[in-house]
Amino acid sequence: MSEEVKTSLNRREFFSFLAVGWITFGAAVTGLLSFVFRFLYPNVVFEPAMDFVAGFPDEYPEGVDERWKNGFGVWIYKKDGKFVALSNICTHLGCIPTWLPAESKFKCPCHGSGYYPNGINFEGPAPRPLERYKVSLNPEGKIIVDKTKVFRYEKGEWGYDGAYIDV
Amino acid sequence: MVKELINYLAEPVYSFTAVTAFFVYTIKKPEVVGSKKFGLYSLIAILVIFAWMLADPVFFSVISLPDNIPIIILNAGVLGTWWYAIHKGVENDKRIAAGEGPIEGTPENREKVWAWPNLVYTELFAGIACTVFLIVWAIFFKAPLEEPANPTWAPNPAKAPWYFLGLQEMLVYFDPWMAGVVLPGIIVVGLIAIPFIDTNPKGNGYYTFAERKFAIAGFMYGWVVLWIFLIQIGTFLRGPNWTFYGPFEFWDLHKAVAENNVNLAEYFWIKGLGMGLPKNIFIREIAGILLMGVYMVLAPIWLTKKWGQKYLQSLGTIRYYLLMFLVLGMALLPIKMYLRWFFTLKYIIAMPEFELNL
Repeated sequence: MSEEVKTSLNRREFFSFLAVGWITFGAAVTGLLSFVFRFLYPNVVFEPAMDFVAGFPDEYPEGVDERWKNGFGVWIYKKDGKFVALSNICTHLGCIPTWLPAESKFKCPCHGSGYYPNGINFEGPAPRPLERYKVSLNPEGKIIVDKTKVFRYEKGEWGYDGAYIDV
Repeated sequence: MVKELINYLAEPVYSFTAVTAFFVYTIKKPEVVGSKKFGLYSLIAILVIFAWMLADPVFFSVISLPDNIPIIILNAGVLGTWWYAIHKGVENDKRIAAGEGPIEGTPENREKVWAWPNLVYTELFAGIACTVFLIVWAIFFKAPLEEPANPTWAPNPAKAPWYFLGLQEMLVYFDPWMAGVVLPGIIVVGLIAIPFIDTNPKGNGYYTFAERKFAIAGFMYGWVVLWIFLIQIGTFLRGPNWTFYGPFEFWDLHKAVAENNVNLAEYFWIKGLGMGLPKNIFIREIAGILLMGVYMVLAPIWLTKKWGQKYLQSLGTIRYYLLMFLVLGMALLPIKMYLRWFFTLKYIIAMPEFELNL
């Protein structure tokens, strides 16, 4: 006589099969979802670098300078020996304001927020001033603007080290 | 001369007030606005004035943008159906007052027809007509092909699609979190909640005005004045830098507008009490927080003793407070607009530290 053929699983075996099945299924779904998640991020990002060398401070005139606005989204503002890098993103809804030299203000085309040249908001719905990026001098004496670090006025960060440089 | 006057009166503070006043008049005197005579005369007047305005090159250049043509169709549709509904409602109200019952309830109008083929055929042909219309539209008004998107540059003015321009105009008076997320969310939730709040069977299947005054007035104010009319402002009266321009005014980039918006906290502490702003942001914003508390919480409770009493009785507690929340939330928009126009008030509660402003 051959061995008795098993026709059904016992309780312990059933649960171990169930566990293996669920773990496999879960792993497969997680793997697929991770592909989907990966798909949300672009393969190549055509974005300018987050920091750049902006030349010597005395190359800049007093007031607002737009030379880095189109490439890096930064306005350079120099006034009374202080040198700051302003973000060009409106604090209301993220549009790109226009610099109006005649009126001496930044004006947002989306909802009409207005900012003084130093970045303080004074008209329209903008709830807070423009953000400032970190500026520092490299050993050659050139300015480095680092967009990864922002300084926000309403948090009292404009007086911090790096929010401005004295020139 | 006349054009300058129109430019001046088109300023949102006047035109919005005028439209609101006309809306209130429509609600108070529907029998005047809903009469055939009024409809005919105002149609002729609108067509004549519109033709005269089209003769102006500046106005024509704005109105003939492909983006703006749907709004003309929308205006004609909304005004036409709104007047027609009032007209039919007033006619029925007269019949109901005379004890005859609505015109839709008369025996000759009670005939029943089958959904198939009567309704399905109509829907099929409406669908085909819409498709043909859209194809012809797409052939005549081509979508613009512009340069690649540039994250460091924005067109001036930067305008949303035409159906969202009312929302964009709303954003001028609010924080993006409020006008972009919370208020549209309340609009959607409010529209979904209408069948729950409004269980009044009157007006089902027939036009009426007098029996549903509050419901019609409340809904149509939000729709016609706060949505459609703000689309008009956003489309035709907002130019570069989102500055106001009259319908006959050239969009001059350098139009100077003196504006200096102030938060309620600054009014309260600096101008009112003559001291500096407190360091603690909750104490700083206490006036605005108290004001909003009174408005959103105490006002509905207080109203239960006055105007809201009959609604509290007919709707029950939960429905009543939901209704009050929605109505008061809707009223925030005109209130905030007038505060901005008259007091250059920026925010009632301003907590940019938490990205929370109202």
